[in-house]
Amino acid sequence: MSQLLGIPPQALFGQLLLGLINGSFYALLSLGLAVIFGMLNVVNMAHGALYMVGAFVAWLLLSHAGIGYWGALVLAPLVVGAVGLVLERTMLRRLYKVDHLYGLLLTFGLALIFEGAFRHQYGVSGQPYPIPDLLKGGTNLGFMYLPTYRGWVVAASLLVCLGTWFAIERTKLGAYLRAATENPTLVQAFGINVPVMVSLTYGFGVALAGLAGVLAAPIYQVSPLMGSNLIIVVFAVVVIGGMGSILGAIVTGLGLGLLEGLTKVFYPEASNIVVFVIMAVVLMVKPAGLFGRER
Amino acid sequence: MTMQTRDTLHEGLVMSGGSPKILLTGAGLLLAVLAPYVLYPVFLMKVLCFALFACAFNLLIGFAGLLSFGHAAFFGGAAYVAAHVVKEWGWAPEAGLLAATVVAGLLGLVFGLIAIRRQGIYFAMITLALSQMVFFLALQLPFTHGEDGIQGVPRGLLFGLFDLSQPLTMYYAVLAIFVAGFALIWRTVHSPFGQVLKAIRENEPRAVSLGYRTDRYKLVAFVLSASLAGLAGGTKALVFQLASLTDVTWQMSGEVVLMTLLGGMGTLFGPVVGAGLVVTLESYLASTSLPVPVVIGCIFVVCVLLFRRGIVGELMARVRK
Repeated sequence: MSQLLGIPPQALFGQLLLGLINGSFYALLSLGLAVIFGMLNVVNMAHGALYMVGAFVAWLLLSHAGIGYWGALVLAPLVVGAVGLVLERTMLRRLYKVDHLYGLLLTFGLALIFEGAFRHQYGVSGQPYPIPDLLKGGTNLGFMYLPTYRGWVVAASLLVCLGTWFAIERTKLGAYLRAATENPTLVQAFGINVPVMVSLTYGFGVALAGLAGVLAAPIYQVSPLMGSNLIIVVFAVVVIGGMGSILGAIVTGLGLGLLEGLTKVFYPEASNIVVFVIMAVVLMVKPAGLFGRER
Repeated sequence: MTMQTRDTLHEGLVMSGGSPKILLTGAGLLLAVLAPYVLYPVFLMKVLCFALFACAFNLLIGFAGLLSFGHAAFFGGAAYVAAHVVKEWGWAPEAGLLAATVVAGLLGLVFGLIAIRRQGIYFAMITLALSQMVFFLALQLPFTHGEDGIQGVPRGLLFGLFDLSQPLTMYYAVLAIFVAGFALIWRTVHSPFGQVLKAIRENEPRAVSLGYRTDRYKLVAFVLSASLAGLAGGTKALVFQLASLTDVTWQMSGEVVLMTLLGGMGTLFGPVVGAGLVVTLESYLASTSLPVPVVIGCIFVVCVLLFRRGIVGELMARVRK
């Protein structure tokens, strides 16, 4: 079988793998957005910028401090998470009592500041980031060639996504979190420090974006604009999946990544807009999103 | 703030149609007529285009409570339409502007039909995603010439009489377009239709229970706003003789949000003031080494945190005290 639906299988599986990798990033980023939205009711427009900051932290650690990929995989999310904590404590906190749209506007302003500052400092051209030695090379699976690093990205993001799902849906802390999402006043009355929990949630959500940034650094180049176009696709993913469900965010992210890969094989011109078209169709049929609840 | 005071506040901002407002409007018009003898006309025309764009945007956010984060699609999309029909098909400028307005209105109808199915934050995200789709189309479709854009658009003769290649003639044409667009928005806001929009903004379930089909009102407002944004975009294409990707980016959608926020959402004159300030600031920053997005982002943050009523809104609140 040298042809599959008129397409050489290498090309098909190659694009599917690319789609799966994009889907992993969609899943990680929309997961962070969903966690933040659930707790803070804020659409974090700065998510893409913080993903970019995560990649830059990894690159700076390597070029200035000699700390490699594995160190960056731990340190960069911590740095981005800390930035998130500061932002929540100093700014976002003041907006919980006014219209939620102001949270969106504030984070949009923050995204402009981050992107503008990095662009001013490092220009628009991308900085290469090497693949760590341990993950170099690849395996021939018979029907396709799998570069080890790409396999690692898919596995790692799946692991993180499922870990997050487990932590929120199956642990005590997650139960507090879900309870505080439903009724913060009541949970506070039970003696749980809700404001601290809100801060940590935001920090955790953006740390996921930072982690995605480090994972992305060796695949895409590290550039100040890497987050700004990605984040809009992720918004569409979030609208399609509905923000109510963690598992929904993960499944929609991966699914849409794969679908985008397939479109690249069969009708490449449409691959940039396919996610938006699907969003429009889903909104027509099921306005709350595939996994969402009508509010 | 209780419902009551919020209502009276907005009534105060919007409805105080007495003599001071007429005086102010007259003085503003006089200034606008004399301005090109003092300031650079192209700069003033840019301000007027963005002011009309911001006023159209404000009709949605300020009077219907809908935050569209995709208005660049109408502004930039209409610029492409005007530039294409005038340059490639040889249409007269007034026909080009009409085409731009109609196409933007139709695009607004499509966006509106999809987006009004969700409220608040979702509405913003959906309009943002749809406008990004228009951006990709503008990047890929052959008639937009990709990264180059449509250049060297002729300004032509308006109604076959006025030679728009003269800077002053072009300026007064742009001023007339702005005044007409502004008057239409003024009329809309003060009409029974505008009152229903405000009711929807304040309390949509209540408006529904009073028997209004709120989705239709929102859709009409959306189409009107998109058409006027298109008129502004088409005019800008004639002024600069250029339609380019810059006007369809989501950063442009953000910029019009900033103009409206800075000037004052829900005030009629706020967007005009905001557009003037942002355009002035940008042309000033262009000659310095300061990065523009960072400064714009900082203004955004300061506005959202410290004065959400904007400059005109804040002034009006002071005057009323």
